[in-house]
Amino acid sequence: MTWDGNPNTYDVIVVGAGPAGLTAGIYLGRAKMRTLVLNEGPVGGQLVLTHEIANYPGVESISGYQLAATMKKQASTFGCTIRSNVAVTNFDLDGEVKTIEVNGKETFCAPAIILAMGGRSRMLSVPGEQEFKGKGISYCATCDGDFFQDKDIIVVGGGNSALEEAVSLTKYARSVTIVHQFDEFQAFAHAIEEARANAKISFIMQSTVTEFMGNGFLQSVKIRNLVSGEITERAIDGVFIFIGYVPNTEKFVGRVQLNSGGEVVVNSSLETNVQGVYAAGDSIQKKYRQVTTAVADGTIAALSAIGHLHNHRANQLEKAL
Amino acid sequence: MLQTSLKHILTEQDFQDTLRSNENVMICCGRMGPMCIPVYEVMDELQGDYDHVAFRDMEFDGPIGHLIRTLPECKSFRGLPFTVYFKNGKVVRATTSIQTKDQVTEILDAEYAARAAK
Ligand SMILES: Cc1cc2nc3c(=O)[nH]c(=O)nc-3n(C[C@H](O)[C@H](O)[C@H](O)COP(=O)(O)OP(=O)(O)OC[C@H]3O[C@@H](n4cnc5c(N)ncnc54)[C@H](O)[C@@H]3O)c2cc1C
Repeated sequence: MTWDGNPNTYDVIVVGAGPAGLTAGIYLGRAKMRTLVLNEGPVGGQLVLTHEIANYPGVESISGYQLAATMKKQASTFGCTIRSNVAVTNFDLDGEVKTIEVNGKETFCAPAIILAMGGRSRMLSVPGEQEFKGKGISYCATCDGDFFQDKDIIVVGGGNSALEEAVSLTKYARSVTIVHQFDEFQAFAHAIEEARANAKISFIMQSTVTEFMGNGFLQSVKIRNLVSGEITERAIDGVFIFIGYVPNTEKFVGRVQLNSGGEVVVNSSLETNVQGVYAAGDSIQKKYRQVTTAVADGTIAALSAIGHLHNHRANQLEKAL
Repeated sequence: MLQTSLKHILTEQDFQDTLRSNENVMICCGRMGPMCIPVYEVMDELQGDYDHVAFRDMEFDGPIGHLIRTLPECKSFRGLPFTVYFKNGKVVRATTSIQTKDQVTEILDAEYAARAAK
């Protein structure tokens, strides 16, 4: 809008380059807003974790990587600057002009911010999990399933992902044991039926894995029965963990309003409780988390931010008169 | 062939030549999957900063994937990608599964000394 000539000054800074952040970038870029998108990981977010997207309208089937690459290209073509693999190390969201420090050395400022940090798979966070990641512990059945040909494996979790992935892993494994903390599954009926009907799948309910053990690679796990408290050790070749999702909002605790699940609280314009700060995508309080809902949020947040910038500019002009 | 912007190693000859003609070589051997793509992207970004390192990728399921798969350093690996760091043709480090930019940078700095001045 009114650029002061400082290369680190933007109209809008978007935090996160998943589908929500990239869509915001597309809309802001097209509206000729100086826009910076900052991303901690690779561009595309969870989209690049998806082998095939078959439910994005207008595109019959596409890999998540390709869809993300196209969104990135669109945003860049419209003039948006995208910086990936950077770390947001500090920020100040209060006041008319907000600042964001990156990698502890560069500071960017803008009157509007869009938070689009998405989410990530939850880890069990028990002893041995880091040590045996990639050496028996996996979070991706399609990536690592074939390392477990004719092996005995465990799937931890009881939602749709856990049950669907357990069924898909029976293509490789000799046996799949689902370990779930509750006495029933939190999944669609058809997913539960399919898992129950599979002769290779067995179930350990009301239990959780408390430790991973091995020598160079995973060899056994400790499983605790949550009702009796009994702990048993079980020899195992592999463990796949699908225990849900956590929003990437830890850095923003106490800076914008979050609900008890750590999701950003927004109004219908996707504005947070801090003026000029908007949020979009999987990190906000909402029920359905899909690419389509994330891009819709990115659109709304961008348009709301543009509205805010017009008011900001009018205020500045008024002050100058 | 992997759809990345890295240079690919496609033949055994290519593999041997790369190791022979470069002191420092990082090879990421994987598929176009969610654990591999982030590592390729990190390598692509670091290429400019580490011009004393040859960054390459290789197809895990391709005809020469076994050159990485069967390395003793990868024996316990069960997560893609297998990323191997060579110095003077010898393996100095190997990692399994997804890695962050910080993790990769730490290894590059430790094994291949200081980052080349830009
Ligand atoms: C395995 C899997 C399969 C899926 N399949 C489908 C499907 O088939 N169809 C469908 O519609 N949806 C699917 N989804 C869901 C869909 O991918 C998400 O709903 C969507 O990606 C959310 O977009 P987002 O932009 O809100 O967040 P994300 O995609 O999570 O992107 C957020 C980005 O923000 C970055 N970030 C996080 N913290 C910070 C920070 N502090 N600073 C800077 N950057 C940060 C992250 O690195 C990431 O790049 C799937 C998800 C998974 C995990």
